[in-house]
Amino acid sequence: MGDTQCTSSASCSGTETVSELGPSSAAEQPLPPSIIGTLDTPAGPVPQVSTTLSAADIFGMFRVRWGIRRMNYTVRPGLYAVGLPDRQSEILVTANYRMTFDLLRSALDGLDVWVLVLDTKGINVWCAAGKGTFGTDELVARIKDSRLASVTDRSRIILPQLGAPGVAAHRVKELSGFRVVYGPIEARDIAGFLAGNLRASPAMRVKSFPIRERAALIPMELVPSLKYAVLIGAALALLSGLFGRGTFTSDALHAGFTAAISLSLAVVAGAVLVPLLLPWLPGRAFSLKGFWTGTAAAAVLLALSSASGTTLTNLETASWVLLIPALSSFLGLNFTGSSTFTSLAGVRREMRIAVPLQAGALILGLAIWILALIFSRGGSL
Amino acid sequence: MTRLVYLGNVSSLQLSEDRCSGCGMCTVVCPHTVMVLVDGRTVISDLDACMECGACARNCPEDAITVESGVGCAQAVINTALGRSSVTCCTITGESEEDTDGTPPVGSGSGCC
Ligand code: SF4
Ligand code: SF4
Repeated sequence: MGDTQCTSSASCSGTETVSELGPSSAAEQPLPPSIIGTLDTPAGPVPQVSTTLSAADIFGMFRVRWGIRRMNYTVRPGLYAVGLPDRQSEILVTANYRMTFDLLRSALDGLDVWVLVLDTKGINVWCAAGKGTFGTDELVARIKDSRLASVTDRSRIILPQLGAPGVAAHRVKELSGFRVVYGPIEARDIAGFLAGNLRASPAMRVKSFPIRERAALIPMELVPSLKYAVLIGAALALLSGLFGRGTFTSDALHAGFTAAISLSLAVVAGAVLVPLLLPWLPGRAFSLKGFWTGTAAAAVLLALSSASGTTLTNLETASWVLLIPALSSFLGLNFTGSSTFTSLAGVRREMRIAVPLQAGALILGLAIWILALIFSRGGSL
Repeated sequence: MTRLVYLGNVSSLQLSEDRCSGCGMCTVVCPHTVMVLVDGRTVISDLDACMECGACARNCPEDAITVESGVGCAQAVINTALGRSSVTCCTITGESEEDTDGTPPVGSGSGCC
C-alpha cells in the first residue's frame, strides 16, 4: 500500500547498477522500521510499528529521492501490526521498499490494521508489479509464510491498486483463499477508503501526475545528467586546451566556461523544466517537449553571449544552438520512464523518430564545435 | 490541470467482447479509466489513455483482454537495445513467458528497476 509513484523510487533514468546486490540482500539487511513493540499472535510475535515518521525516516526519504543508496532501502518482508489489530482488523498489503512502507504507516495514524509486506527486493509497488515481484506467487507464498490465516478471521486482503499489474486477484483467491480487494492508489486515501466501507471514489483510482510529484522526481533526473554534463564539459575543455590556438589554460578555460553554461542550460531545460512544465509544453512526445525547452535555453545562451560582449564565435554559437536542444530533447525523452502515463508502444514510436534527429543534431553540433576549434579563435578569454 | 495523455493510437490493448462477462474488474484496476461499464458491458472508451501496464489483462477472470504490457521508459528501450539486460535498472524482456500463476501471458514482461 502507499505507493507514491512508480518512479520516485525506481525512475528509469537512475544509472546506478544493482549488480553487486544479490537477490536476497534486500531481506537480509533491513533497516529497523520504527518498531515500537511486539504483539503476541498465534503466528508468533508480530512487530508493531509507529505511524509517526522520525527525523531519520524523513531524511531517508530525502536521501533516496536524490538517488543515494536507493537500492538498499528496505524493510524485512512479513507481517506487521499498526495500532492494536485483532481478528476482525483489515489486512493491507505493501512492498518492502522502505519509503513505500513509511508512507503507508504514516497514513495509518489512529487505525488498527495488519500490514503484510511482500518481498519486492526493495522496489516500490508499481514497479515491482510491472516486474512481477509484487505478484501472485509472492503474495500467496507470503500469506502462507506469515501464517496470516492464523491471526485473522477475515478472508479479504486489501492491495494497492497499482499492484494489479502483477497480481491476478482471481488466482490469489484460488490459491490462498483470500479475496483481493484493490484499494486506492495513494496511501493518503486509505483511511477514507477503510472508513467508507471499502469504496474508492473515481479520483482515488486514477493515477494523476501533479506538479508536486513531478518536482519530487527532478533530483533523480538531475543527478545522472549532471554527472554526464561534467564529463562532457571536461572533455571539451581538454580538447580546446590541447588543440586551440591560444595557451592551454586560456583555451581550456574559455571552452570549459562556455560548456558549463551551455550544458547547465540544457540540463535545466531537459531535466527540470520538462518535468515541471510537462502538461503545458506543446506536443505529446516527451522529446518534443524537451526540444521546446531546449530551444528556449538556446535562446538564453544567445542572449547571454550578446549581452556579455560576444566572446563566442559564430561557429561556437551555432554548435551550442544545435547541441542544447538536442540534449534537452534527449533528457525529456528520458523522463518517459519517470512519468505515470507513457506506454511502451508509444515510447518506441517516439524513439524511432526522435533518436535519429537527436543524434543527427548532436553529431552536427559537435562537428561545428570542432570546426570552430580548428578555424577560429586567437586565444582571448 | 490539463489531463496528461501520451501518443495516440499506439496501445496494443484489445478486448474480446464476446468473452467478457461484464464483471467490471478491469475498470477497477485501470489507473487511467480506459475501460468503462455501459449497461453491464465493458467497452474501451479511451484507448489513448492506456499506458499498457497490463493490470486489466492480469485481473480479467475471463481472459478477455490482451495487451502487450511493458514499461513506457526510453531508458529501458535503450538498455535493452544495448543488451544491458541484467545489471542495469531498466530493461524490457522480449519473451512472452507463460506466467507461473496460470494467467495468460500479458505480452512481454518488463521491469523498471
Ligand atoms: S475484467 Fe474481463 S470479464 Fe470482467 S469486465 Fe473486464 S474484460 Fe469483462
Ligand atoms: S493496460 Fe493498464 S492502462 Fe491500459 S487499459 Fe489496462 S489497466 Fe488501463
